[in-house]
Amino acid sequence: MAGKKNYGQIFTKGLIKENPVLRLVLGTCPTLAVTTAAINGIGMGIAATVVLVGSNLVISLLRKVIPDRVRIPAYITIIAGFVTIVQMLVKAFAPAIDAALGIYLPLIVVNCIILARAEMFASKNTVLPSVLDGLGMGAGFTATLVVMGAIRELIGAGTLFSLPVTSAFMDPMLVAILPPGGFFVFGVLVALANKLAKRMGKKPVEATGCAGCPAAGACSGQSCPSGQAGKEGDAQ
Amino acid sequence: MENQLIVCPSPHLRHEDTTRGIMLDVLIALVPAALAGIVLFGPRAAAVLAVSILSALLSEWICCKVRKRPNTLGDLSAAVTGLLLGLNLPVGLPLWMAAIGSAVAIVIVKQMFGGLGHNFANPAITGRIVLMVSFPTAMTTWVAPFSWMNQTDAVATATPLAGGEATLRELFLGLRGGCIGEVCAAALLVGGVYLLLRRVITPTAPLAFILTVGGMMWIFGENPLHQMLSGGLLLGAIFMATDYVTTPSGWKGQLIFGIGCGLITALIRQFGSMPEGVSYSILLMNILTPYINRFTAPRPFGTRREKKQKKEKEAASDGK
Repeated sequence: MAGKKNYGQIFTKGLIKENPVLRLVLGTCPTLAVTTAAINGIGMGIAATVVLVGSNLVISLLRKVIPDRVRIPAYITIIAGFVTIVQMLVKAFAPAIDAALGIYLPLIVVNCIILARAEMFASKNTVLPSVLDGLGMGAGFTATLVVMGAIRELIGAGTLFSLPVTSAFMDPMLVAILPPGGFFVFGVLVALANKLAKRMGKKPVEATGCAGCPAAGACSGQSCPSGQAGKEGDAQ
Repeated sequence: MENQLIVCPSPHLRHEDTTRGIMLDVLIALVPAALAGIVLFGPRAAAVLAVSILSALLSEWICCKVRKRPNTLGDLSAAVTGLLLGLNLPVGLPLWMAAIGSAVAIVIVKQMFGGLGHNFANPAITGRIVLMVSFPTAMTTWVAPFSWMNQTDAVATATPLAGGEATLRELFLGLRGGCIGEVCAAALLVGGVYLLLRRVITPTAPLAFILTVGGMMWIFGENPLHQMLSGGLLLGAIFMATDYVTTPSGWKGQLIFGIGCGLITALIRQFGSMPEGVSYSILLMNILTPYINRFTAPRPFGTRREKKQKKEKEAASDGK
């Protein structure tokens, strides 16, 4: 179980190996929606990280108190509490980011990454690993959003963090900041992350069943929706 | 004795058609349209075509290098994509934009999905749409034909679909504003007839496409011939709605494909915010192609439809 892993690994696995967006393919909707500019990525990433760390902390503290049957509503309530705090803070101190993120800031409540980490990690681990997991996943999420936002902003608007880069001498390719361009960049980044993770010694993604799932390490099979739980690396 | 028996896996019958041969035929069929475009729009059109072909070839070569696959420049499919895309561009487009369009078509649409035969959509049409969405102004700035012969700067004009006036004769000969390769209906028809005679394409999808657009526009109260000759309809119907990879393989499927393209095109032309919808209609039907193929899969020889078999089985088991 994850408790025996060293803490550094729990933190760093969120960056590439189990990157929530690119390897676990969670939180795709906010990722595609807000990454039209690099600065949005930072705002969204930090907001989600704060919520993630807070909810992981509280859920791992309460993991023995929460009855199994109502765990999802309980998690959502805890997450919603943190989202409300974050939203109020952002509205008060960074109204520009609040305007840029729009509906996606309150929608962190139903962000799959946070619920998935609560379900797969925080509900089974002690406080310190859970917080580290939240920090690592949040860092991976933020890094991905910033990279994606930077690429899309550079190609689609010719700027980087709103500073002109190529906009002076060539027309930007608008498609990059429109939804189709978001999917293009997303696909390319997923391919890159898979390649990097493969190089780092992760099992090839082709394996099906639990062995092929990047979340296998933190999952006991109960959160697997496809009923594949337990079929460790079945051929086929 | 043992050495005389040769055991090998199928296929045992081979046809003499090769990818290279078919692509060469398509290139030949596109020559009249390209020549007409160059005559109508001047040397600048040749430059656009050359840049888009070179960029497509270069992208293909780089992709093969990066993917460590054998070089596929020889099958000419990249050249066809480049030329088709170039014919789909307005003559005044900055050359680097043409290069980007070809690179997107080859790298993102074709090679990233696994190369020729694995692309889900027609690379040239998708490249054009990416350019359309990215550079809407440059992609819709049309130039009047033969304005390059005068010493004045290029004269901007509207395409017939976007309010420009053109008689049927002008449309047929290509004396109108538009993309390099789409204007001259006569040259496109020559290319289409060549492909039909060489049996590279079947007439099902193009005819269904063109006639559906004509019929729909007639219902909407437009002049059907005028609509069938204008815009990129002929270029799209003859050269893009017949792509082997991204259109259905049976005639039934091709019929559905053509009618679908025609319906979408007519609806976009009549009700959409854009004057032309040929490229979007082909892209949308490309995406539907796997489903069309599944629904129109021919029954294997000697078998019956599943439902009947089931009923018969049930009847047989009841009898027992």
